[in-house]
Amino acid sequence: MGFDLTPVLPELFLLVAGLVLLVVGVLTREGEAARVVATLSVLALVIGSIIIAASDKSPQLALGGHYVADGFSAFLKILLFVGAALAILLAQGFLHDRRIARFEYSLLVLFSTLGMSMMVSANSFLALYMGLELSALPLYVLAAFDRDNLRSTEAGLKYFVLGALASGMLLYGCSLVYGFAGTLSFDVLADAFGAATAERPPALLPLGAVVGLVFIIAGLAFKLAAVPFHMWTPDVYEGSPTPVTAFLATASKVAAAGLAVRVLMHPFGEWTAQWQQVVVLISIASMLLGAFAAIGQANIKRLMAYSGIGHIGYALVGVAAGSERGVYAVLVYLAIYLVMTLGTFGCILLMRRQGQYVEQISDLAGLSRQRPMAAAALGVFMFSQAGIPPLAGFFGKLLVFLAAVEAGLTWLAVLGVLSSCVAAFYYLRIVKVMYFDEAAEPFDTAVHPAVTGITAITALATLFFIVWPGPLLRAAGAAAAALVR
Amino acid sequence: MGYLPLLFLAWFVPLVGAVFIFFIRGEEAVVAQNARSVALWTALATFIITLLIWGAFDPTQAGFQLVEKSVWLPGLNINYHMGIDGISLWFVLLSALLTLVCVINCWHSAERWIKEYMIVFLLMDALMIGVFCALDIVLFYIFFEGILIPMYLIIGIWGGGRRIYSAFKFFLYTLVGSLLFLVAILVMYLEAGTTEIPALMQHEFPPELQTWLWLAMFASFAVKVPMWPFHTWLPDAHVDAPTEGSVLLAGILLKLGGYGFLRFSLPMLPDASAFFTPLIFALSVIAIVYTSLVALMQTDMKKLIAYSSVAHMGIVTIGIFTTNALGITGGIIQMLSHGIVSAALFMIVGVVYHRLHTREIARYGGLAENMPVYALTFMLFMLASVGLPGTSGFIGEVLVIVGVFQINSWVALLAATGMILGAAYMLWLYRRVVFGALERKDLLALRDMRVNEVVAFAPLVLLALFMGIYPSFFIEPMQASIDNLLVQIGASGTELAAR
Repeated sequence: MGFDLTPVLPELFLLVAGLVLLVVGVLTREGEAARVVATLSVLALVIGSIIIAASDKSPQLALGGHYVADGFSAFLKILLFVGAALAILLAQGFLHDRRIARFEYSLLVLFSTLGMSMMVSANSFLALYMGLELSALPLYVLAAFDRDNLRSTEAGLKYFVLGALASGMLLYGCSLVYGFAGTLSFDVLADAFGAATAERPPALLPLGAVVGLVFIIAGLAFKLAAVPFHMWTPDVYEGSPTPVTAFLATASKVAAAGLAVRVLMHPFGEWTAQWQQVVVLISIASMLLGAFAAIGQANIKRLMAYSGIGHIGYALVGVAAGSERGVYAVLVYLAIYLVMTLGTFGCILLMRRQGQYVEQISDLAGLSRQRPMAAAALGVFMFSQAGIPPLAGFFGKLLVFLAAVEAGLTWLAVLGVLSSCVAAFYYLRIVKVMYFDEAAEPFDTAVHPAVTGITAITALATLFFIVWPGPLLRAAGAAAAALVR
Repeated sequence: MGYLPLLFLAWFVPLVGAVFIFFIRGEEAVVAQNARSVALWTALATFIITLLIWGAFDPTQAGFQLVEKSVWLPGLNINYHMGIDGISLWFVLLSALLTLVCVINCWHSAERWIKEYMIVFLLMDALMIGVFCALDIVLFYIFFEGILIPMYLIIGIWGGGRRIYSAFKFFLYTLVGSLLFLVAILVMYLEAGTTEIPALMQHEFPPELQTWLWLAMFASFAVKVPMWPFHTWLPDAHVDAPTEGSVLLAGILLKLGGYGFLRFSLPMLPDASAFFTPLIFALSVIAIVYTSLVALMQTDMKKLIAYSSVAHMGIVTIGIFTTNALGITGGIIQMLSHGIVSAALFMIVGVVYHRLHTREIARYGGLAENMPVYALTFMLFMLASVGLPGTSGFIGEVLVIVGVFQINSWVALLAATGMILGAAYMLWLYRRVVFGALERKDLLALRDMRVNEVVAFAPLVLLALFMGIYPSFFIEPMQASIDNLLVQIGASGTELAAR
């Protein structure tokens, strides 16, 4: 321990890179700053991923035990960095078209990613809260990034107010737990409540700590956009600039889910029975709301908001299992979810008419005739999100349901599959609009190469995951084993 | 095993063909022509590969043959595991044959998006062959449900009428059942610790659990078969699907339900299967009698044949659940026969539908006058569907009825009434469409079958007759596998002599 900073190296690197790029952005000529900073930010994220991939995966504490770098955090950080890099690349064309190409966009994404990276490595409530706030504040700004647009500013404000409330709840929960345990550290916490040893079974959690835990779950559920803390999601998703929505829907959720898994499994891992009901309830509510509320949506970004709520419901099925296999399933689910969601937003960014971005599902009509490749890609994402084999989304669902059945939650798995049938309806509806309906006005043919490239790569990854699932499954398995010891 | 990985090739070759067609570019007419040729050659190559599989298959062995295995999902002990036995062999051949027939049959009739049409058929080919070869239950499930995607597109894009409604109904209806099957798969995996089908067949599940697993599987297979009252998606899907879509739907997809009962429900859950046999019999008998009556009242040719499919599949489910050698053999033969005959009947409707764009029975009449070849083909398959001795339909129905007679004579009696009703609606259909006076002017202008249509029908005609005249040719390779199945169920496998 002491002052060994090696475990924090990726975060330190991002921090320094962010600060340097801030200066670079200011000093570069106005017209070029956005492009230069974006390129360098992506580079920084790539280097950060390489540092993590090359680093030692055995658990290492740093910063006085507030911070831990292990296989679990490494897996999630690579996901986050990749997600952030893609969100920056996706955004460039969009920002340019909307005449809001400022270099701050990339930097805000970078700093938010730094916060998320701290979240998944947090080993105490202090680090947890710092990471959470650092990731959230840039997101509020990003949501309102299209500042002359009424809906965007509204989204930013809404997100900020509700986010602040959720932070308050989280903080209140942390303080309650601290009051009963006398410590902030995750490692000490478990012992403080009387975790099982060879001699005695685990003691019951004190009531105050349980209440605190519920508040913490509520705060995290807000970040996850899980029911009943999902109210902000559709409005914020719809109002934010599309690349920001992509970032919110992917990296932000992955980080929050990772954090939730760590908090529940590490300090409270012994008391699965005490938090399982809450998670199960949130999971069921999210799956059902995600399935039913999306049916009536006409705007594809709102639809993605509800679809994301549903996906978090499925991921929480794995969390509710409270086992190593559950954690493993959640990690695989998150990775697949990240890829297919980014790809879907790539497709949404292709929806442009006479230079204007359109967002209605009906605008997609007849896409299969004008742009067969784009339609095929979106079709792949939709079937994958619906969980139809042989696409990647199926495997995520397979693993979370497997974990649930193993944990004795077969009925939860049954509810999950039934709600995924309902959800399949609206994913199929998009395929229907693209393939079965008469053609609408054509989209612009000029496309941004980055968007096309990302869409193509994610679509291929979703399609061919079945051929080569080994690497992801092995990495997730190692990450889960690192957390659940 | 020093052979080529034939099973792998059988599903991989059509996939390669599909990808190849995907990359064909250029002028529309040229693309269409090239896509057709590639699809034809790919389907032909696949069919030849399945013939090679047949050649390499050793009918004297009971177990799975031509087994292929490699690691797929590490850490989960779920592997790529393929193999065939005497039961799946015929379905693999039938899948490849029907795809080839479809490609030939739509040579002139497919009107738009020909390239995409060829792609989805090759995808179907790959998935159908895969599903019958899979020896890992998760792998089976992936093929089983993956078929929904191309079929959804076939009905939705190339269908007519209420194609969108039908496509959704087809997809969601089958999805609900399939997903419950998935939960059952997971429970079985955790219970037995493996997803290998041969190992699961050996595993003895506790009786209480068997009941639940059986019901979950039933949800999936009963929708696929389809059994009454889960059949309502089928008439819609058939009516609105294009001809070739109906061919594969009736020819192969319905068989997946029966195959599922044979492969999973019976050997893995024998106690629950025995317990639920009365339920199956009851539903099947209702299906036979009720849907036959419904078929009598239809005014749309395709709908009539769709309802007749439900009735014929009722015979199949009765045969499978007799759990004696006669009944099961009959059930499988009936599935194969129905795969050929109903596929052909849908193509027969397609022939006139393509010329006149209507399927109303009342719009036709007297076609025998200017379409003699058509009338003859129609008659043959009509009679095969009715179950006339000498056609394939007879063998299956008789074996099933004799088989079930040993168990329950009432079921046998009611199933036999279905045959009588079947004769009624099919003969009446034939009379109204083919006989009578040729009055309408537009009917006079109809041409007889084109060359490609004759070529497409030829193998089906030969098979329907051959299977009716020399059934042992088809029964012998399955005997060892059926005996093996009966041993697993626990029934005595010695009563084969009756054949």
